[in-house]
Formats: sequence, C-alpha cells, structure tokens
Amino acid sequence: MSDAPFTIRGTTGDWEIVVGLEVHAQVTAKSKLFSGAATAFGAAPNTQVSLVDAAMPGMLPVLNGECVRQAVRTGLALDAEIHRISRFDRKNYFYADLPQGYQISQLYHPIVGEGHLDIEPEGEAPKRVGIERLHLEQDAGKSVHDAHPAMTFVDLNRSGCALMEIVSKPDIRSPAQAGAYVRALRSLLRYVGSCDGNMEEGSMRADVNVSVRRPGAAFGTRTETKNVNSVRFVMAAVEAEARRQVDVLEAGGTIVQETRLFDPDRMTTRPMRSKAAAHDYRYFPDPDLLPVELSETFVADCAASLPELPVAKRSRYVEALGLTPYDAAVLTAERETADWFEALLADLVRRTGKPATELAKPASNWVTGELFAVLKRTGGGIEASPVSPEGAAELLALVADRTLSGSLAKQVFEAMVETGDSAAAIVDARGLRQVSDTGAIDAAIAGILAANTDKIAEYRGGKDKLFGFFVGQTMRAMAGKADPAVVNDRLKTALAG
Amino acid sequence: MAVDLATVTRIAKLARLRLAPGEAEPLVAELNGILRWIEQLGEVDTAGVEPMAAVIPNHLRWRPDAVTDGGVAAAVLANAPASEAGFFAVPKVIE
Repeated sequence: MSDAPFTIRGTTGDWEIVVGLEVHAQVTAKSKLFSGAATAFGAAPNTQVSLVDAAMPGMLPVLNGECVRQAVRTGLALDAEIHRISRFDRKNYFYADLPQGYQISQLYHPIVGEGHLDIEPEGEAPKRVGIERLHLEQDAGKSVHDAHPAMTFVDLNRSGCALMEIVSKPDIRSPAQAGAYVRALRSLLRYVGSCDGNMEEGSMRADVNVSVRRPGAAFGTRTETKNVNSVRFVMAAVEAEARRQVDVLEAGGTIVQETRLFDPDRMTTRPMRSKAAAHDYRYFPDPDLLPVELSETFVADCAASLPELPVAKRSRYVEALGLTPYDAAVLTAERETADWFEALLADLVRRTGKPATELAKPASNWVTGELFAVLKRTGGGIEASPVSPEGAAELLALVADRTLSGSLAKQVFEAMVETGDSAAAIVDARGLRQVSDTGAIDAAIAGILAANTDKIAEYRGGKDKLFGFFVGQTMRAMAGKADPAVVNDRLKTALAG
Repeated sequence: MAVDLATVTRIAKLARLRLAPGEAEPLVAELNGILRWIEQLGEVDTAGVEPMAAVIPNHLRWRPDAVTDGGVAAAVLANAPASEAGFFAVPKVIE
C-alpha cells in the first residue's frame, strides 16, 4: 500500500508519481542581463536588440547588477544558500533564435544553492518542497512559425533578457502539489518583486519532470515536458504524462528519457521531434565573464530590502489579527490584496479608535465577500477597485459606529460603486441612516403584532421559527433601516407579552 | 587525453562544420598534438594554489540597470540573408 497523496491505479497495481519542476522566471529589470537594450513586452520586432544581443562579432557582455540583486533577493526569500562566488558558463547549441550559438547560463557554480518553499496543496496537508538551485541565464529570441508558409520569423527582442531558472528537488508527489508549488512560487516572486509572474506573456514558464514508480521503489526514468505556461496546464501535464508512463510500463515497455511538449488542446504530452545529438551542450566557463563576487554588505542589503513574505504575513494575520487560516490565505495570496487590506484596516483603526483585532474580522469579511463580488462582476484586479481602501474604511466605520446595518452597508456600497460618491455623502443624500430609536421601532412592532394576532398565538405555542417572520415584517415596516439588534431585542420583549 | 576519429566527426557535427572526405583524419592528429601540448601543464605542482579565473587580478564590472541601447533594428537586420516585416526570416524550423 502507498501513503502517497496521489496514486495511479494501473491494471497491475498502484503507481506513485515523482515530479520536479524547473521554473523559468523573467527577472524584472529595465534592461537585459548583458546589454542595455530594453525588456518591455510587446515592442515591434527587433527594436529592443543591441548588437550584443544579436551576437555581432566582437561584442562583449556586461553584467546587469540589478539582475544579480533580484536573483539574490529571490534566493533569500527561498531561505536558500547565497553563493558568494558564482560563474557563467556557455551552453552550446544551434537554433535560429539563439544568435550566439550558445546560451550564457550557470551550470557549475549557480548564484543560489539549496533552499525550500512551503506549499498548501488543495485537499492535502501543507508541505515543504526543496529547492535545488537558482541560477541566472539568458532568454532566447522568439520564433514565429505560422506567419509564412516556408519561413520561420525570428524576433530577438527577448534574446538576452535575464531569466532565473529555479529548480525544485523531486519532492512533488501529486498534480495538486505541482499546482500549489507554481502558485506559491509565483506569489513569492511577486512579493519580492523579482518577476511579474505573468504567465500569459511568458514571464514565467515551467519545465515539468515526471517519473512513476511502485510505492517505495527507486525513482523511475523521467521525461521532461517543456514550457508549460499555466498552473492548470502544469497540473494537467503532470497527470497526463504520469498516466502515459503507467500505460507504457504496464504494456511491458520502457520509459525513454526524452523531452516532450504539452498539447493544451488535447491535454496530453507528445515527444519533441528528436534532436538526437542536441543534448551534448559542451558547457564550459564563459571566457568573456569573470566570476560574480558578492560582498557581505551586498547580501545584507538584499535581505533588508525584502518585504514581509506571504508565509510570515499569513501567520501574522492568524496570530495577531485573529483571522481564520483560510481568510489569511485568501488575503495574502497576492501582495496587492494584502496591501489593500492592510491600508483599509489601518484607516479603519484610525477612524474608529477601535483595536485592529476587533476590526480585522469584519474588514476581512467585507474584502473577501462584498469587494471580491464587485471585482468579479467588473472583471478587474484589486488594483482596479472602484473604491479606495480609505473609501471602504469610511463605509466600514459607519457600520462600526452603528450608523449603518450590514444590509444598509451593502446598499451604500452598491451606490458607491455606481456613483463614485463617498459613503457619508450617500448616507446623507439618501437618508440611509440606521434607526436605533426604540420609540419608532416599538411603534412599528406594535402595528405588526396587532395585525398578526394569530401568529402571536402560534409563536407562543412553541413555533419559534415565526420569530424570523416578525423580524422581517418589522424591518419592512421600517423600510429596512431599523437597527437589527434593537429590533431583535424589542421584539423578544414584546412577544414575551 | 586523446581524441579519435569518431569524436572529431561528432564534434564537427555539433559545431556544424562540414568536413570533406579525408579532412577528419589529419585533424585527429593535429588535435591530439594540441592536447598533448596543453597536458604539459599537468607537470606543474598546483597543490594548494587557488584556481584563478583570469591571468590579471581583475573583478567583474557590473552595469546599472538602464536602457542605453537598442532601437537599431535596421542595423541588426542589415546582414541577414532575408528579413520580412522587421523579423529575421529563416528556412522553416518547426518542432
């Protein structure tokens, strides 16, 4: 039997899967790793190419210090060893979008060594995944194969952009873990600010290494599925490739160590057309570049520049603010959401003078409920929110001082989204103030009770559920503006007779 | 260390060098001569000597992250055998 979280049931028994991911993340920098050409996405072809990137004879690479800094900051965020000396090597191969005939990478002495990343796979226990290494390397250009019947078009704008290749240990055991790993890594990179994590634009893509084995047996032969560009596809590629391998093995075949491609239309993998000898990269140290040496001050400055990271933030939300682990995870998944929530909470504390521990829960509920619903409807991220954190704090402060009930606050928020007016202005203009005056509420209750003597009898006879009916009737009579707490309280008294 | 005919043929293929019939054999002898010459360095006792990255004491210089280059598409494409709509155009390569 297997204690793995995920097994494939074959015709001959259960199989476990073993997965390692190599994620390529484009480093956030204005210019390229070894040249001063721009890196912005979407420019006209070959307009962001220097003669260095085009590999003209005699051009020499000069290292972009910001790319080094971002790699080190990312390494520190992964709790990884930072190598004070690293080197660049040449990885030699020929392809139309690689003008140098080699990629400058770091095989033997990467800038960052072993670390780890904590993940929370859906439906499974949290897990720590080992990081093998992180190194800096150049991206290649982009080939367009479908614009011309006989030609491939090559754009070198991406050629020479800095990539971090982040290699996990083969610790991943399920598609859910593979998905959670990519999500957690993307979130971390975005917190650190070293990569924008934009998978659609190719800023982040994963090579997926998969093998299968009998429970507890040694690792099987693995295949590598290249350039998978979404969390969903990573999970699908892991599962499809593992199932294919089980089918091959159970039919008496063997797995060939090879490079494969994921086909998102069929949700399957297929072999890349064989580049038989291409895997002999003849790596050697790049003679144009001296070793990268990092001072202790540089590393310390990188560490000091890191923001509070998702794992730390999540536990602070739970321990210091009293939020549930689920809410904390939702609020911290994206740095923008956490920043927005914290701005809201700070302003709410300032407006009400109440402690953050008391306000955090309603603020969290409001953000993950009301605000997210509106964002879903308007189709933007939190940075495109129709209300500011301060505007939201004004609204929630009106709830905290009981000017507004929860349902009135919903109406006011809808009006804020619609008109762009402030909460206070809407409350004043539309008279949406909650009525807590017991005189008015008692009068309304008296009217309702007089009209429903039969129901009073039923209620007193033990039909407790009717209490909700009386609350509803009273609220309707008050046009929804009565303070529900006061209504409850006065109704109980009145019904008790 | 020495190379044989198969290795030389393979290296030539990886480097996309086309060797005419009869060209590879003399290269085997020439490359082995070079390798033997380099191997003389092995006679020096380097125990306790730090590996060095360059013959002059120098440190890698870093560049600030600023856009100082690019915008020269015409120059970049000038020597291309074919280009179209700002792209290099090469015989179709497809995986």
